[in-house]
Amino acid sequence: MSCTSDTHCITCSDEGVSMRVIELLGDGIACCAGADGAPAEVMVDLVGPVEPGDTLLVHAGGCSPNRGRGAAAAMKYVDEYRDAELGRVLAGEIVAIVEPGREYKIMEVCGGHTHTIYKYGVDDLLPANVELVHGPGCPVCVIPMGRVDDAISVAHIPGVIFTCFGDMMRVPGGSGTLLEAKARGADVRMVYSPLDALRIARENPDREVVFFAVGFETTAPSTALTLKRAKAEGTPNFSCFSNHVTIVPPLRALLESPDLRLDGFVGPGHVSTVVGARPFEFIPADYGKPVVISGFEPLDLLQSVYMVLRQLVEGRCEVENQYARVVPADGNPAALAVLEEVFELRPHFEWRGLGFISHSGLKLSAAYAELDAELRFEIPGVRVADPKACQCGEVLKGVIKPWECKVFGTACTPERPIGTCMVSSEGACAAYYNYGRFAREREVV
Amino acid sequence: MSETTTRESEALALIERVRARPAKFKDAQITMAHGAGGKATQTLVAGLFLPAFGGEALRELGDAGIVDGLALTTDSFVVKPIRFPGGSIGELAVNGTVNDLAVAGARPLALTLSFVLEEGLSAEDLRAEVEAIASAAAAAGVEIVAGDTKVVERGRCDSMYVTTTGLGRLDPRASLSTGSLKPGDKILVSGPIGEHGTAVMLARGEFELEAPVESDTRSLWPAVDALLDAAGPSLRCLRDATRGGVASALNERAQASAVAMVVREAAVPVRPPVAGACEILGIDPMYVANEGVLVAFVAPEAAADALAALASAPGCEAAAEIGEVKTDPPGMVLVETAFGGRRVMDLLVGDPLPRIC
Amino acid sequence: MCLAIPGQLLEFVDEANRLARVDVAGVVRNVNVGLLDVDGESARAGDWVLIHVGFALSKVDEEEAMATLRMLQGMGADYEAELEELKASVIE
Repeated sequence: MSCTSDTHCITCSDEGVSMRVIELLGDGIACCAGADGAPAEVMVDLVGPVEPGDTLLVHAGGCSPNRGRGAAAAMKYVDEYRDAELGRVLAGEIVAIVEPGREYKIMEVCGGHTHTIYKYGVDDLLPANVELVHGPGCPVCVIPMGRVDDAISVAHIPGVIFTCFGDMMRVPGGSGTLLEAKARGADVRMVYSPLDALRIARENPDREVVFFAVGFETTAPSTALTLKRAKAEGTPNFSCFSNHVTIVPPLRALLESPDLRLDGFVGPGHVSTVVGARPFEFIPADYGKPVVISGFEPLDLLQSVYMVLRQLVEGRCEVENQYARVVPADGNPAALAVLEEVFELRPHFEWRGLGFISHSGLKLSAAYAELDAELRFEIPGVRVADPKACQCGEVLKGVIKPWECKVFGTACTPERPIGTCMVSSEGACAAYYNYGRFAREREVV
Repeated sequence: MSETTTRESEALALIERVRARPAKFKDAQITMAHGAGGKATQTLVAGLFLPAFGGEALRELGDAGIVDGLALTTDSFVVKPIRFPGGSIGELAVNGTVNDLAVAGARPLALTLSFVLEEGLSAEDLRAEVEAIASAAAAAGVEIVAGDTKVVERGRCDSMYVTTTGLGRLDPRASLSTGSLKPGDKILVSGPIGEHGTAVMLARGEFELEAPVESDTRSLWPAVDALLDAAGPSLRCLRDATRGGVASALNERAQASAVAMVVREAAVPVRPPVAGACEILGIDPMYVANEGVLVAFVAPEAAADALAALASAPGCEAAAEIGEVKTDPPGMVLVETAFGGRRVMDLLVGDPLPRIC
Repeated sequence: MCLAIPGQLLEFVDEANRLARVDVAGVVRNVNVGLLDVDGESARAGDWVLIHVGFALSKVDEEEAMATLRMLQGMGADYEAELEELKASVIE
């Protein structure tokens, strides 16, 4: 059967079309037939191995078919880094480079990385002597219970619309969650962006709209720009309850911790788009551990692990940047400038499980005090001790694995979390509970 | 096996024992999660409703109850906004109930219709929904045979709620049961997933996303009819993948039959804009609601014919075989990721999404 | 939380407030691109940007992206070559 591209170009039309593979033409091209039977050439190199008879969903936007048989369309700068075949190759390189008998413990700092590792089963591909340890980089997980109680108390003030990101809704404080506060009558709304909170404030001029700001340097510039705009346009009913934190102080605290045994770090890619690679140079310089700043797709992570191992094997120790496609060495100067203008460092800030860490939290600067919810409202500010049974602190420090915690999976589950690590999908415990169980060892028959 | 892996296995075994315990309803109040079709809903049903009402027909926990060869089911619709790309509350109210009958293997016969209307609702809005109901009922071949109307004070309901009750006759070709899955059975899905939930989410405008996504609301009886013709007694069980998405549908059936399932992520059809919206919001499309997608479990020897028949039904052109029923670990659904790893796919916990059906 | 995703800038909708329409796999949203305004430079239509909570955090550098991919694929090629050599040596 001959297969020449006919007049209708499926890959340039603007919809996903289901097509059956007729024959492979080589060079990542296959001859496919759609519902109307008309043959067409389709690029299939992004899809993985394809055989005649397979059904593909062929899509348009980027003139390429989707990433899997019948799955979603190719997303540029995303799907290339989810290629299973390259993953296997890279895993082979990792096996080849490690010294048998030597144990390697590498911490991925960022919760987003933890999520990727479990979601894609990245650690299934690593040899047994390479262990990934989950770090403290989940901003939801490190919020102390007292701050959640403060948020709930503000949310219950009559006239307040309390806005927050979805993952904060289920974080337990000492007196329940924001979701439960909503069920009791508080006006709690989920937003995708701090700008959405500002819009709600504009649309409800007779209500006080508070934004519950959480996150590392990745998220803080977005809050800062939103506050800048609120100030400029004069939205007097908008304010911000800042719980922004910075990444370097907890890392330093971790590295000072006597019970820590790590060989290297996979560094936080999205934080680094803002702060750049330089802030991490103290890790090799002062503590002799390699750092590789990593992207968030599974291939990114495998490659970063490979790069850390390579440094260890070659006896090098430096900061490398695997995620150069979005992380410039100097970070984002505009973001750093707006952070400098809108925020200032708190003398100290409490981290769940890690205790108080100096200069690790951000509050609104004097110039933005009028938008500071902590000054506008009565905030109880009561410290709540973490539940005794909960070992989130040890999990966050990578000292124990989630399943080693006494309450993991029994008293503490995603539907009834005790500790914060069980709440956010980026939390080490939730990621392990939701995705990781049965990932290895156990056969499925 | 090293000492660590042994200890890990023991910890995991303990978790599974805890997980397998009968659900207890201990919550102090109802939250949105209880209506989301995930774990909290299951706790409510298994912990409160079943102990109180649990007769044999209900215990099956199918989409419809079976009494003397007749299938009976009921469903309330509270979607906001009431109109969204691809459909409206009236159309959903017909198709949702028709589909609950269809996936029970029953040919839909008749519906009753009950309105709760908010004082101040415009007659035009009501008329539009009445027309939507009439045309959806005609398309699905069911008659509206009884009804009721209540009006509540302004602010006591969100423009309108619609409840439909459906009656169907069990099809003689069908021998479906939620507990009948056997290792080796193939899992089919009737079309691209996550369309309805995404369409409604976008229509609400809360995330300010725009995308060409429409609700997939449609009667699934033609698809079921084609499956029954092609696979008949080899068709083990069907499930309408509404709230909680395909993930919840699979988990419920895995638990009911005490079998494991393995799903190939790359085989699950997801259209690009749905995948894009899910990537942006950090949601897995497997948990997003559908209103015109069913999951079918078929004996392996009949799977190819069943898939071909399914793909010939309207709206099911992208039907796909997505996985297989296994033996162990019982009650658990696992996903083979497109990247080559493996992970657990559990019931939905909580619900970050707005009201969608 | 630190979820960020690449999208393509389509057009500005509100220059003053630095709002632009950005496309992610066919899904379009207004995104603030003010953080990309540095030294008189700013994002332009056609640029790929990394989006986080409604803000563009950085531009995606096409060359760097290609370099990373080439390195990965290069590993693949070496691996294939080694496999070929291995097979050849076995035959001999």
